[in-house]
Amino acid sequence: MLILELYIFVLAAFVGYMVITRVPPLLHTPLMSATNAISGISLVGSLVAAGSQRGSVATILGFIAVVAATANIVGGFLITDRMLRMFRRDPKPADAGANAATEPPAAR
Amino acid sequence: MSARDLATQLSYLAASVLFIIGLRSLTRPEAARRGMQQAAVGMLLAVCGTLINHAIVDYRWIAAGLVLGALIGYPLGMWVPTTALPQRIAMSLSFGALAATLVGVSEYHHVFHGGEGLIEPGRMAALGFEVLLGSITVTGALVAFGKLQEVIPSRPMTYRGQNFVNLVLFVAAVALFVLVVVDPTQSGAFYGMIGIAALLGLLMVLPIGGADMPVVVALLNSYCGLAASATGFALGNSILIICGALDGASGFLLSMLMSKAMNRSFSNVLFGAFGNAPAATSAAEGTALVARSISAEDAAIQLAYAQRVIIVPGYGMAVAQAQHAVRELAELIEKRGGEVKYAIHPVAGRMPGHMNVLLAEANVPYDRLYDMDEINGEFPQTDVALVIGANDVVNPAARSDPTSPIYGMPILDVDRAKAVIVLKRGMAVGFAGIENALFFAPATSMLFGDAKTSITRLVSEVKSA
Repeated sequence: MLILELYIFVLAAFVGYMVITRVPPLLHTPLMSATNAISGISLVGSLVAAGSQRGSVATILGFIAVVAATANIVGGFLITDRMLRMFRRDPKPADAGANAATEPPAAR
Repeated sequence: MSARDLATQLSYLAASVLFIIGLRSLTRPEAARRGMQQAAVGMLLAVCGTLINHAIVDYRWIAAGLVLGALIGYPLGMWVPTTALPQRIAMSLSFGALAATLVGVSEYHHVFHGGEGLIEPGRMAALGFEVLLGSITVTGALVAFGKLQEVIPSRPMTYRGQNFVNLVLFVAAVALFVLVVVDPTQSGAFYGMIGIAALLGLLMVLPIGGADMPVVVALLNSYCGLAASATGFALGNSILIICGALDGASGFLLSMLMSKAMNRSFSNVLFGAFGNAPAATSAAEGTALVARSISAEDAAIQLAYAQRVIIVPGYGMAVAQAQHAVRELAELIEKRGGEVKYAIHPVAGRMPGHMNVLLAEANVPYDRLYDMDEINGEFPQTDVALVIGANDVVNPAARSDPTSPIYGMPILDVDRAKAVIVLKRGMAVGFAGIENALFFAPATSMLFGDAKTSITRLVSEVKSA
């Protein structure tokens, strides 16, 4: 069983490496927040720990883990989407003036 | 395998595929949003697939945890300003590692309290790895968060013998790991290992300075992924293994890229704090050099009549939150017929891709943002290079001075531009603590002051020019 899991790990790491090598530096921050959201998958382990009535210790630890993992998933996917929404191509030269007019207020 | 188990496994398989599609979509900005939305659907599938698991009999704590987590996650996703992104990412690394660690502890506890009372060495080793990497990441990422948020001083904090102390702690953690794998009933060793690993994470990140944070954050990302993978090994859960491997590969790759962009090895970042590099040699000759200061009016005239301008942003732009003003200035120059490009150094800022996100937020089209390798050849044909709060990444000593601590680091060849205007608060040295010959070059003029104030003045001067 362990050897099968090792296969899965090595092949997944390999696929990850191949895919992620091609992510341009432009999107490195969204990449980090995306992998962060995806690693929130530890939620599936936390759910079992929190819900299988293995005593109060397991339940409490599982509960905290569920909170942390869910926060990562929800926050991670939302912030990735928010960032990716900001990346846009050069508009037509005619739009340039309009963009200047609708400039968002500078953050404090 | 029951029908329910089969459904769970199929949901995991679908989720894995959707996650890989999501990451794959990040290779193209225009496809990325949709791809990540598909990945989010994958996550939902995996969670639903888990909730039908036989082992889960009590849903009260689960429901409470999901609701509370979502309530914490929503503001973390929607309200955190882009300028706070580096610390936001550090914090979520800590959260992720915490979840993995707690699952590991809960699993270990269960084995000897109500469980079968024995655990095979392979599984115990996986559990050990999980909590070891997990707790290093929890505290390490918390310290990184503190430094980025400047709750903790971001300068390198070093003391004599720190590497020795870290080594001793590491050896102790490994020894306890071996002990608990050989004899899993040694719960003292198990919890002791967690404590030592947590302390190690704290002490490892504390000495690392702010400008090295891109490497640290990427490395912690990789640890966090490996901890999740180890969870998968411990629980025999393939989707955890897959996601952890993807996360680990991403973090590993990013930290390699970041280290390369600083011409430093992992070990050099982790064990050799940068800030105390000897600055004495350059300080001695520095007294004879005088930087040429320029007024905003004169700088604006140079920019207004330039044909080709390259803007080089650094951490100073992020600190001053000058990105909106910068975009306004660039549009003005373009309206007057000039061409503006942005040159982004891989380690500019505090996390991988930091400058790109800030400029994207300020509505700069991403096809104007160029990587170091793409744009370095263009500096000799550039009329004005405008350096905004960047220092070490444009220091020509990295090319020419073998005695410099940053010698060999790939830099933006700003000094080859026809004219250089450097926006800077004052003549303070950069993070590496070394003088920058660029500031004293004949083609360089310095515009002192807060980046945002300076750019705003440039904007109004270019308008009237």
